[in-house]
Amino acid sequence: MELRKSYFADERKDDLHEIGQSRPRSDAPGHVTGKTVYFADRTFPDLLHLKMVRSPHHHANIRSIDTSEAEKHPGVIRVLTAKDVPHNVYTILILIQVGPEDETVLADKKVSWKGEAVVAVVATSERAAQEAAAKVKVDYEVLPAVFDVLEALEPGAVQVNEHHPGNYYHYDSGDHRKVRFGDIEAGFAMADHILEETYSSSPIEQAPTETTGCIVAPEGNDRFTCYTNTQAMFFTLDNASIILQMPGHKLHMVGGTVGGGFGGKVDVIVEPIAILAAKLTGRPVSFIYSREEEMQISSPRAAEKIIIRDGVMDDGRLVARQVTGYTDAGAYSRHSPYGAQKGAAHYPGPYTVPNVWIDTYCVYTNRTPSSAMRGFGVTIADFALEVQMDKLARLIGMDPLEFRFINAYRDGDMKAHRQPTEGAALIECMQEAARVSNWPVAQKYLDMSSRTREA
Amino acid sequence: MAMKQGRGVAAINYPTGMNLGGDPSQALVHSTPTGNFMVSLSSVDLGQGLKQVMSQICAETIGVPTECVIIDTADTDTGPHCMGTFASRGTHRIGNAVLQAAQEARQVMLEVAAEELEVNASDLETDGEGNIHVKGAPQKSISIFDTALAAHFKQGRSISGRGMFLVQRSFPDTETGAMKPATCYAHACVVADVEVDDETGEVTVQSVKNVYEVGRALNPKMVEQQLVGGSWMGISHALYETTEPYYPNRDHGGTDFNQYLMPGPGDLAETETYVLERPSSDGPYGAKGPGEMCANPQIPAVANAIFDAVGVRIDTMPITPERILRALKAKAATGESRTQ
Repeated sequence: MELRKSYFADERKDDLHEIGQSRPRSDAPGHVTGKTVYFADRTFPDLLHLKMVRSPHHHANIRSIDTSEAEKHPGVIRVLTAKDVPHNVYTILILIQVGPEDETVLADKKVSWKGEAVVAVVATSERAAQEAAAKVKVDYEVLPAVFDVLEALEPGAVQVNEHHPGNYYHYDSGDHRKVRFGDIEAGFAMADHILEETYSSSPIEQAPTETTGCIVAPEGNDRFTCYTNTQAMFFTLDNASIILQMPGHKLHMVGGTVGGGFGGKVDVIVEPIAILAAKLTGRPVSFIYSREEEMQISSPRAAEKIIIRDGVMDDGRLVARQVTGYTDAGAYSRHSPYGAQKGAAHYPGPYTVPNVWIDTYCVYTNRTPSSAMRGFGVTIADFALEVQMDKLARLIGMDPLEFRFINAYRDGDMKAHRQPTEGAALIECMQEAARVSNWPVAQKYLDMSSRTREA
Repeated sequence: MAMKQGRGVAAINYPTGMNLGGDPSQALVHSTPTGNFMVSLSSVDLGQGLKQVMSQICAETIGVPTECVIIDTADTDTGPHCMGTFASRGTHRIGNAVLQAAQEARQVMLEVAAEELEVNASDLETDGEGNIHVKGAPQKSISIFDTALAAHFKQGRSISGRGMFLVQRSFPDTETGAMKPATCYAHACVVADVEVDDETGEVTVQSVKNVYEVGRALNPKMVEQQLVGGSWMGISHALYETTEPYYPNRDHGGTDFNQYLMPGPGDLAETETYVLERPSSDGPYGAKGPGEMCANPQIPAVANAIFDAVGVRIDTMPITPERILRALKAKAATGESRTQ
């Protein structure tokens, strides 16, 4: 890596003692010698193991659950069903008034995705828990399912869950989050060319080295310590408190050193049920995803479908940009309504476009619930936006990098979601990229600055 | 049939933080009797190096060497509230909280030293090596070690500070979408060079030239580790990763790292990384959040380079050999240059 100190040198103090210094990481020796303690490195006497019975169907009513054979299995200490969970429906951001609660901890009446948790088995060994889980009998009435975001939005589509009529998140703005800036019709009317393209993606797994999990130990005083690899300690504490109807002071979360998250550990999935199991058995309980569960059950990055319609002038100016985005939330919200909203604010990208019209939808389907991942709400948008920019440049016969210079946002420009641009540096990044890759651009672009509208 | 070369570019920006319900983090700092400093957080280190960068922010602010600062992460009994480690918010939000807590602790430390030296606290400065001295008169000084001893055993004071950083909640306007879901923006521009085998559809990313603007590189080596890892992840997203290869069909999803494809050591692109610094107005020492941004621009840059190489557009991620071959076949059949 090379620092390019000549850019913005007058905005920076470079005489600090510790900031700007490449100090070695204090935890690196522990990591590379295997001495760092992760949550699963702790051992507890009488530790129990929790395994989940999961729906084999994408969408089904539950007619009955029979746990009698599982309970008789050697080593099984307790079998948990929905009736054991004090407040069995939750959503992660309810504490900051983002609702409705839409997801069960353990399903009782219905499952809405393949892999949804139905019964938790707690036993003296992982093997016993696994074997007993296989003996739980769930009688399902399989229902038709919907997997495609556009099909899910059609009238009469299969209803994914009862909390989101129409299969979309109900924003205060209606069935989508909208951004309106300028006059989109006038923009398209003046454009020399109009280009509409559709982009899509499939879900992506965060793939952390350490799988999601926790170990819960009763403290002996009606308090429970939960050793967890969550990315957000208080999301976990607050949600566990609501789900278990336990005051927060009964809960103690310990974590902090995590073997990769990439957004996959922002959800609150394993801790509440493990705390409940520890409470009901009086013993420490471990609930750790296998790699297969991490790949199949944990929330992936949402699949998206993005339609971009642009109006562009022969001289390279973007004059209109209309974007419709669909985020596949899967069966429940988790963090997806925020991801779709963040996406709405991200368009039209780092460019100054006078007329912008954005609609983003958070859509429910019978698929694995998606949630946060590195670049949440933005990664697929950037893919779509920047491939579109390449197509537009070629459409008008312009160099793709020079086309971006013409449209790049600069300090003071108003963005479509009505925040004035400050601290812009796109132009300088492109200038440096042109230099280091020997990508020829006209001198006038190398004379531009993010700080001024001149040049 | 041939190996075709292509080059593509992409430029992006990326927001810092997640301002859905307000975006708060808090920090507490206190000194030990021997002049070391303890930072209590309930923030999580995901392996990106949060603890190290927080210790540097605290050390710079108080005026001590980094090794004198210990970070205690993520215990809800001992640490104050933190929203969490996500949304590129760690260095910015938590760093601001640590900065404020350290400023308060520094002020108490200087007051204690002032009493020992019989001067005004406002006349004192630190040398960054563990000493406090009178401005313009470095011979009149006291070590931070002795200052902390005096605070604990003589003056009966706690050298400590409270820090909190809160971005107020933004409520989007229903009709215009006016909102502030994040704060300062990081930037990037990437040029990717690829080779495409038009017989097999396989893509090799030969090189990526990554230019990132990160606000301020608080610890350049750690910035580098994150940017290089992110660049790899971007290439991985572009060409390899999917939990459902036939989305939205759920079948054939991966169950382990043999079935969930990512590039291995032999697939690494030659990676060059250049960093610009335009300090943010609201970040600790100007830092922005580059953690997520660094994995995004490679995806479209690679897609655009593939078009440059073989003349087909793949608008569906990931860009697999199968999709490229289908597009090449369609192009050969119709002369059309685009497909799904």
